Amino acid sequence: MRSINQPVRIMVTVLLIIQLVGIGVVSAKAKQTIAIAYLSQDQNVPPPLSNLDAFIKNKGVFGAELGADDDNTTGEFTGQHYQLSKFIVPVDGNVIDTFTKEISNKFQYVVVNLPAEQLNLIADLPAARQMLLFDVATVDDALRNEQCRRNVLHILPSRAMRADALAQYMMKKRWTKWFLIIGSTQEDRLFADAVKRAAKRFGMKIVAEKTWEHTYDARRTAQSDVAVFTQAEDDYDVLVVADEQGQFGEYLDYRTWIPRPVIGTQGLIATSWHRTHEQWGAVQIQNRFKEKAGRWMEEQDYAAYLALRALGEAATRSQSVDLIPVKAYLLSDAFALNGYTGNPLSFRSWDGQLRQPVLLAAPRSLVAVAPIEGFLHPKTELDTLGYDQPESQCKWDK
Amino acid sequence: MIMKKKNFGLFLALALTGTVQAESVFVTLEKDNALAVVDPITGTLIKTVPIGQRPRGITISPDNKFLYIATSDDNTIKIIDAETLKEVGQLPSGDDPETFALNPAGDKIYVSNEDDSLVTVIDIASKKAVKQIKVGVEPEGITVSPDNKWLISASETTNMVHWIDTKTNTIVENTLVDPRPRAVGFTADSQQLWVTSEMAGTLMILDTKTKQIIKTIKFEVAGVTADKIQPVGVIIDKDSNRGYVALGPANRVAVVNAKTFAVEKTLLVGQRVWNLAFSPDQKRLYTTNGTSNDISIIDLDSQTVTKSIGVGNYPWGVAVKP
Repeated sequence: MRSINQPVRIMVTVLLIIQLVGIGVVSAKAKQTIAIAYLSQDQNVPPPLSNLDAFIKNKGVFGAELGADDDNTTGEFTGQHYQLSKFIVPVDGNVIDTFTKEISNKFQYVVVNLPAEQLNLIADLPAARQMLLFDVATVDDALRNEQCRRNVLHILPSRAMRADALAQYMMKKRWTKWFLIIGSTQEDRLFADAVKRAAKRFGMKIVAEKTWEHTYDARRTAQSDVAVFTQAEDDYDVLVVADEQGQFGEYLDYRTWIPRPVIGTQGLIATSWHRTHEQWGAVQIQNRFKEKAGRWMEEQDYAAYLALRALGEAATRSQSVDLIPVKAYLLSDAFALNGYTGNPLSFRSWDGQLRQPVLLAAPRSLVAVAPIEGFLHPKTELDTLGYDQPESQCKWDK
Repeated sequence: MIMKKKNFGLFLALALTGTVQAESVFVTLEKDNALAVVDPITGTLIKTVPIGQRPRGITISPDNKFLYIATSDDNTIKIIDAETLKEVGQLPSGDDPETFALNPAGDKIYVSNEDDSLVTVIDIASKKAVKQIKVGVEPEGITVSPDNKWLISASETTNMVHWIDTKTNTIVENTLVDPRPRAVGFTADSQQLWVTSEMAGTLMILDTKTKQIIKTIKFEVAGVTADKIQPVGVIIDKDSNRGYVALGPANRVAVVNAKTFAVEKTLLVGQRVWNLAFSPDQKRLYTTNGTSNDISIIDLDSQTVTKSIGVGNYPWGVAVKP
């Protein structure tokens, strides 16, 4: 029964797309309105490592607004209007309550800028079944694998995609012996797992591994401690640091026992967006964002921008505002989104991850863009980053 | 001996009358803030002159007397005497001008204002902006039909070409095209508009009457992944026999049969080939190669690349003076 239904459903979807995309000349006709909710929660200000970079409270929201602006400019010509409603829950508020009261039954599309646990809770609510959630915050590989939800699309590159990007560049440089330093949080351990996976995939050797303990011992200053800490029995080419919150990683460079570069969450980082990036028209969006927000675009802003643009592109091409045709178009081979990173972006049909290049950036210079030339893939080189279809643990249809 | 004398005499005569004076190829150098002047016959870089901050779009007036050059970081379009290469005026282009189009009469310039989703109409004689037309997000490719009826603006993020009536300066129709349309070019008879899509790797042929896409050509190059095939500049010869499309980081120019729309050849040029210009007799095609810092010369009779000439950092636009 299933095996009959499935192809029929695909065929209907494909026919629908072909029919709808067959439009050529666009004339503004009866207005269609697309309501989009943006859901986020205020964060407690973390203890600052230094005063260099001020804490940014509102990462994501300006990106969503800019995306809606761009969609609406297009919408003026296609007769579509994109209405963005923002729900920012206070630190002590309840996100699920806000979702249930304000968003359920009112919106089909929700941009979710929340941590993994909250995203999963929301995705599992009965009301969310008839929705499409755009995750613009998480980088967890579990959410794209065993914990995947069929109503969630993930915009940011996962930890595995980032670690693979770094590993490809390290392979090009032949810096293959790694010393891995892991912070004490759960997130740091997850990033370290991604680093180990990437090392294995690309033939890197992790010659040493240590966990950074935070202590209040007055004798242990960064200056003296890092030098001792970075001694290893075997020589290594690079120090790979897993410190997602930035609690110690910045202290490694120039304080190591032997002169070795730092990569990972500090030093050379892997990211979807960076202020040093200006190729492929990126200058234009950097300028437009700065004019709007008065600051540089952060990763969550970029992700929220792409979420709105992806939705806009699918609504324009499918000439619909309804969930089924829009989602079918988003996950189809025809979908191609400009992300200002040189390759067309699309969604991986097996786990809802946005397929994209990963930038490798030093604080003031863009070093490389992965996939690095020479890493080949039968379909698209973008799929050399992260979990490819055969490795995926995501079972959409369960 | 006699032969030698005769040759010398001929050379002298030609030199004195100036009839051997070759055409000049002008190339804007985005990262050198300069203009390169190339003699394409001898294949030499004659000189490089400072021209303004971040020069990109360039075109020459119909009478070949003036060059118009968008100096993006100066927020202006400069008018340059094509003989002396001295600045003779500036046009109010709006912020960060990159691409622009001159109408066939040579009295109006239309500028894409990418950051503001606008096209600015400039009257050249009065050096005044006479109108701003609201278009889609990030307008880039722009051209005027040879019959002066249509102004076309392509919006990279909105993925549309806007058909603007040049009499009223208003949008009459919009055609949805493949993602990130870059360059637009009409056939000499104004009957077809050719549009390149950077993201889909395609060339679309639009019929001017219906404003519909009548043909989409997907480029393929053996040994180059689809991601790298990013069509940008497009130009069609005066008899509509062949069109040429720069394929960006695929480092090739595609030769498209304008009757059958078959891709006849892809010619290897320099890296990240962007913009194209014909020689006045349309026997040669000049290409700017953004990241290999040179231009390529393609001989169109033999359809082969005959020369590449180093010009400077980030060659962007190209214009030719007979």
